[in-house]
Amino acid sequence: MSTITLNNITKTYNKGATLAVDDISFSVDKGELFGLIGPDGAGKTSIFRMLTTLLLPDKGTATVVGYDVVKDFQKIRGIVGYMPGRFSLYQDLSVEENLNFFATVFGTSIKENYDQIKDIYEQIEPFKDRRAGKLSGGMKQKLALCCALIHKPEVLFLDEPTTGVDVVSRKEFWEMLKRLKEQGITIMVSTSYMDEATLCNRIGLILGGKILALDTPAKIVESYPEKLFAIKSSNMHQLLKDLRINDTLLNCYAAGEYIHLSFKNSSGENESLLTKYLQEKGQTDLVFKETVASVEDCFIRLLGNPDGNSN
Amino acid sequence: MRTLKFLLQKEFRQIFRNKALLRMMFMTPIIQLIILPQAANFTIKNINLAVVDLDRSVYSQKLINKILSSGYFKMAAFTPSYKDAYELIEKDKADIVLEIPQGFEHNLTRESSQKLSLSVNAINGVKAAVGSGYLNKIIQDYNNDIRLEWMQPSTINQIPTIEVVSSNWYNPTLSYYLFMVPGILVLLVTLIGGNMTAQNIVREKEIGTIEQINVTPVKKYHFILGKLIPFWTLGVIVFTMGLVIARIVYGIIPLGSVALLYLFLSVYLLAILGFGLLISTYSETPMQANSLTFFFVQIFNMMGGLYTPIDSMPGWAKFITEIIPISYFIDVMRMIVIKGSHFHDVLMHILIVFLMGVILNTWAILNYRKTT
Repeated sequence: MSTITLNNITKTYNKGATLAVDDISFSVDKGELFGLIGPDGAGKTSIFRMLTTLLLPDKGTATVVGYDVVKDFQKIRGIVGYMPGRFSLYQDLSVEENLNFFATVFGTSIKENYDQIKDIYEQIEPFKDRRAGKLSGGMKQKLALCCALIHKPEVLFLDEPTTGVDVVSRKEFWEMLKRLKEQGITIMVSTSYMDEATLCNRIGLILGGKILALDTPAKIVESYPEKLFAIKSSNMHQLLKDLRINDTLLNCYAAGEYIHLSFKNSSGENESLLTKYLQEKGQTDLVFKETVASVEDCFIRLLGNPDGNSN
Repeated sequence: MRTLKFLLQKEFRQIFRNKALLRMMFMTPIIQLIILPQAANFTIKNINLAVVDLDRSVYSQKLINKILSSGYFKMAAFTPSYKDAYELIEKDKADIVLEIPQGFEHNLTRESSQKLSLSVNAINGVKAAVGSGYLNKIIQDYNNDIRLEWMQPSTINQIPTIEVVSSNWYNPTLSYYLFMVPGILVLLVTLIGGNMTAQNIVREKEIGTIEQINVTPVKKYHFILGKLIPFWTLGVIVFTMGLVIARIVYGIIPLGSVALLYLFLSVYLLAILGFGLLISTYSETPMQANSLTFFFVQIFNMMGGLYTPIDSMPGWAKFITEIIPISYFIDVMRMIVIKGSHFHDVLMHILIVFLMGVILNTWAILNYRKTT
């Protein structure tokens, strides 16, 4: 049974001039941690806002826990937790007051659902009398998550929860999501950090309002069609320039300390020819090896080639 | 009800935590009510008078003394010719030139008639009109004085004269404060009520908390009531402070029923808060809300009948005063405070403002729905 379903959802802005979400259909199963991965402006937030009943879709239907997002919006509002990308709690109220306020508007109390937020709330409890606006970035996220969880929602929508949060806090945050998932809460999360994608059960790669690929992170990586190579030399800047003018390559781009590349055809001579070419160009200390594609590689490939064809 | 209670609790907590807002809300009325009426005073004083006395006689001296002793005029200069006096007007050193022609005394005593010339600098229209009015009155007085002096007791009854004695009803001493302070108080309540409401809701929009509230099961009317009730209360508090200041500083005690004043205030605040709510639905940022409020407050200020009487406005302007709520409140304030009007005198005002409140709030709520 799918907890979230989208059928041909389309959303435009400026009276149809800007297409934000383009005929998207997918579903999220109960208890799943689903990630929407894509760059800024891909349409992630629009999807979140439609599913949380803040925005009406132009076309198509969507349901959350079986309720229609247009007709049964009141019911949905009682059973979902939403954490927008921007910190939007009352900055002039304290941590405890914010939490108390949101508990009350959902018709519950902190005491009643304390077990739901205990793990997270304990971390910010020492600061419970501090104004929310004076918290650090990571603390704010934890408080926002508490506020989204206080009414025991069945589905949690987290829109870019880790943007602007330091590496340690990001890691902690995903640990928390994992624990929440174990409690049976369906979670839909969006991010523009590719490394977070592997932490989801399934991911949807989204660009320009379209879903380019949708599968488990492992399957998406497996489906990378070409062999992927990593290369580095003593002069990386020149190396990238030299590679870009080589016409046997399908693509090449910087990825950490290496440059990732793949060839247009799968001839066995490719590697030796390229090494020779680079040596002629005067590159030294060459390290050239085959590597495993990551979600980021898949995404970059789809960006360059949205149709998914290898040529 | 429980939700509403918590919304209100949250709202009051935020208001009392916002030091800048509190200061503005309570200091503005105090300062404005004490300073504004003293400065924005219509009593024209210190009119600069240039005198061209070509006669230099006892009578001309008497006239000048009488004018100066009235207290309204300040002697700017004695000039030998009209030309010199006109120069003073051009340099803005003199407002009125009084020219006493040569042979003033002679002609007055021999031919029983004489002409004086007044030249008024009309750049400041109010000063010019009021100043020349004063001067005319003084000269007329002077005229009567000398007539009495010359007349033979037997002939007094032979010349019929009409003397006009006016008595100022409701404001016998023509106190400017009695007229202005209640009006300025209305303006303040309007400004605070309208602007604060708009600012507050737009702020929630800007920081995104309104979205956070929208995904909760909180009902629209809960949210709106949660906003209206606190600001309604604040409006009543500010108004009360204003009445106390009027009593202490200006000794103004409403002649009519204070309860009736508060009844009207309650209805009026409903309309003004609805107005603030409406502005908030049309603005995305506090800056936009500010500009919009500023635009309307200017209109309220100039057309509400606070400074200039509505009856002397042109027809289209009268129409505008009829559709802005502030003109009704200023009117009612003056009626109750100065004249001591009763409930049935202001009933029509109450009904009209109530209707405005219903329209503004309905409009705001409909528009609020549409945008979310």
